[in-house]
Amino acid sequence: MSKIILTVDDSRTMRDMLRMALTAAGFEVVQAEDGVHGLEVLAEQKPDVIITDINMPRMDGFSFIENVREDDQYRAVPILVLTTESDADKKLRARTAGATGWIVKPFDPVKLVDAVRRVAA
Amino acid sequence: MDAMEEIKQVFFQECEEQLFELEAGLLTIERGDFDPETINAVFRAVHSIKGGAGAFNLTDLVHFAHVFENTMDLVRVGKLEPSPGLIKLMLRAADILADLVRAARDDDTSDPGPREAMAAELKTWTPGAIPPPQAAAPPPVAVAPKEASRNNDDGFVFVPTKVDLNDFEDLSLAPTTHFRVIFRPKAELYAKGNETTILFRELGRLGPMHVACDISELPPLEDMLPEGAYLSWTVHLETSEEEDKIKAIFDFVEWDSTLEIEVTDGMRADDAKEEPFVFKPTMVDLSLLETIVPDPIDGAEASVIEPLASAAKPPQAAPAPAKAEKPSGDDHAPAEKKDAAAATIRVDLERVDRLIDLVGELVINQAMLTERVAELGLARMSAVSIGLDELEQLTREIQDSVMAIRAQPVKSVFQRMPRLVREVALQTGKNVRLVTEGEGTEVDKTVIERLSDPLTHMIRNAIDHGLEKPDVRRAAGKPEEGLLKVAALHRSGRIVIEISDDGAGINRSRVRSIAVEKGLIAADAKLSDEDIDNLIFLPGFSTAAVVSDISGRGVGMDVVKRSIQALGGRISILSRPGLGSTFTMSLPLTLAVLDGMVVSVAGQTLVIPLTAVVEILLPQATTVHNFGGNARVMGVRSEFIPLIDVGQVLQFRQEDIDPKSGVALLVEAEGGVRNALLVDAIQGQRQVVIKSLETNYGHVPGIAAATILGDGRVALILDVDAIVVDSRNDIASSLPLAG
Repeated sequence: MSKIILTVDDSRTMRDMLRMALTAAGFEVVQAEDGVHGLEVLAEQKPDVIITDINMPRMDGFSFIENVREDDQYRAVPILVLTTESDADKKLRARTAGATGWIVKPFDPVKLVDAVRRVAA
Repeated sequence: MDAMEEIKQVFFQECEEQLFELEAGLLTIERGDFDPETINAVFRAVHSIKGGAGAFNLTDLVHFAHVFENTMDLVRVGKLEPSPGLIKLMLRAADILADLVRAARDDDTSDPGPREAMAAELKTWTPGAIPPPQAAAPPPVAVAPKEASRNNDDGFVFVPTKVDLNDFEDLSLAPTTHFRVIFRPKAELYAKGNETTILFRELGRLGPMHVACDISELPPLEDMLPEGAYLSWTVHLETSEEEDKIKAIFDFVEWDSTLEIEVTDGMRADDAKEEPFVFKPTMVDLSLLETIVPDPIDGAEASVIEPLASAAKPPQAAPAPAKAEKPSGDDHAPAEKKDAAAATIRVDLERVDRLIDLVGELVINQAMLTERVAELGLARMSAVSIGLDELEQLTREIQDSVMAIRAQPVKSVFQRMPRLVREVALQTGKNVRLVTEGEGTEVDKTVIERLSDPLTHMIRNAIDHGLEKPDVRRAAGKPEEGLLKVAALHRSGRIVIEISDDGAGINRSRVRSIAVEKGLIAADAKLSDEDIDNLIFLPGFSTAAVVSDISGRGVGMDVVKRSIQALGGRISILSRPGLGSTFTMSLPLTLAVLDGMVVSVAGQTLVIPLTAVVEILLPQATTVHNFGGNARVMGVRSEFIPLIDVGQVLQFRQEDIDPKSGVALLVEAEGGVRNALLVDAIQGQRQVVIKSLETNYGHVPGIAAATILGDGRVALILDVDAIVVDSRNDIASSLPLAG
């Protein structure tokens, strides 16, 4: 059974790229447009891995991660954060919020799948 | 790569949206609204463009966006005051960003001059603490190939069952290093969803390894916290990879664990003494591994040697990760999967247009059917009639839905205006504040497309000729900044666009003298203010003493008027000296269908757009009065309204008819002016498909278009406003303004 990956990003371009890279690697992809939407999708799907952007309208990535972690069901699900330019500040904040790891944008599909594999059981 | 190209198109579409958000946000901030959410949205827009651009190696775009983003970030975190000067600069930077996006889209190479100057200007706002963009954002071009070759080994899997350490030492195929990795996870590591087994699995991909678990820290069961971290591991790894590669695997967990990596001379050195826990081959769930990474190596025998040998392979030999192993039938699987997020689809416009054409035919066909059935003289409540009514309703619903597909908010046209205004303002040395209203007003796509040019021209015109220079304005006691307002609204089934400025208004004496000079009017013509204003729409009229390159361009207001008329629209002016002018364009919402009232006039069948009709009145001898020579008015609830005989205006007949023998339709024309149109009889109300008269025949004054009725006959659709204007001209017939 292929793994389900939830991607949360407000940019359609980014969503499309994530979908393309991940489905090509054999993952099943569900998508959300921001943190609030992400939590809604989470209520319906049980993803094996979550990939989220930080800068998003309505609910940003940090609060999204905190919300996910508060849910007993998802407190151990791996969450990867999309950041740009290996921004140490943001990485730290994401970690404090409970992120498992990060993916530096722009990513190539190989790097992305690599990072997912590094956290996916 | 097709899929990538498609995503790129999406990216450019998204860029347009982001650019709009960016501009709108900056304009909001400019108005003094420092809502953090607005500033965030502005930041996000640039950030998003940068992110996407990075993915497509659009280096110029990435660099400029980065500089822009840095400056914006300072505003966002409150380190930089969004002063008017800074916001103006950012607006110009947004324009340059837009140019870069478009250049990237069209594969153009834009002139680097303006963007470099702007980048330099933006950088002056950021203190030295911010690293230059080159350092912070290395061009992704350089990264990608390196990354690809580094991940070269992704294709093969370490299969633990085949590892035999003795063999390894004997073979000594490639230069390998022995590492000892001591790894002590903290509880936080697990709390964040990391997993030791997975890390070791990944480590195992680098080469043969041996894992020992240290359980000495493990407390007695009663003291053990279920989520505590008590185990630590020592891993002996033999790999041809660099130490960096090992560190990379622990990248995510370095904060939540202690990690020691050291080079040893051999694996056997110190693992003989104690082996409480051996990482046995059987512990690895191979099937699990295969779901994630395919095993491209055929023979199991080869797996020991292959990893070491393939590390030296050139990048192009690297097996495509994951895809290679999938059975070909699976390729379509992603598309068939339930897609929760996709709420929109993109459709070729041609298909929609074809659908609209077909629906048009359906409407005509249904009208014909209705008429045939009516000829049979069936009872109103007969099954056929009822069925037909239902069909009519369905047809209408289909039509509305199809039209809704093409309807778009005028936003797409409006969002080009701020930039236009900035540029024209800069060229003319005027201060202009643009206010737009009703951007969400929806109108058919075909109308929107043809709206852009006239609107652009009128805005140029308003700034160039309407608004005064700052010093003139100051002298007149007005704020130096001129106000230009562009508003869209729906009014009686049409879209109305108003362009108003608070400038000097039309200089009527000058307009008049120019018109006389150019021989457009007689020197002694008696003209009302309104008539003089309308002179600017005459062909060959140009008010500017020197034709400026702003609103000149050989295009006069006459062209604007003609192009609007070609759309079935009208344009009018309201000007007050010293206070400004308002140009009002009114256009049909769609160019395809309209609800019409079918009437007969002097034996002809005409259609009057239902949206214009306010009320139907029966003229009485007591309510109709003669007024002046041949004009008549009608009293409607203590108000006198001009009564216009449509037959006379269209010259179907010369003689007056008895108003009592006809029906009067109270219509509302441009600017809310009410008139009563006198027709012979009303035949009914019907939806008609508009067929352009201009394309098929030519422009006929007073007629907007034609249609085909249910019986197959052609009927003309009345242009109510033109009729009203014509009738006025008949009354004051000496004016050269007919039409």
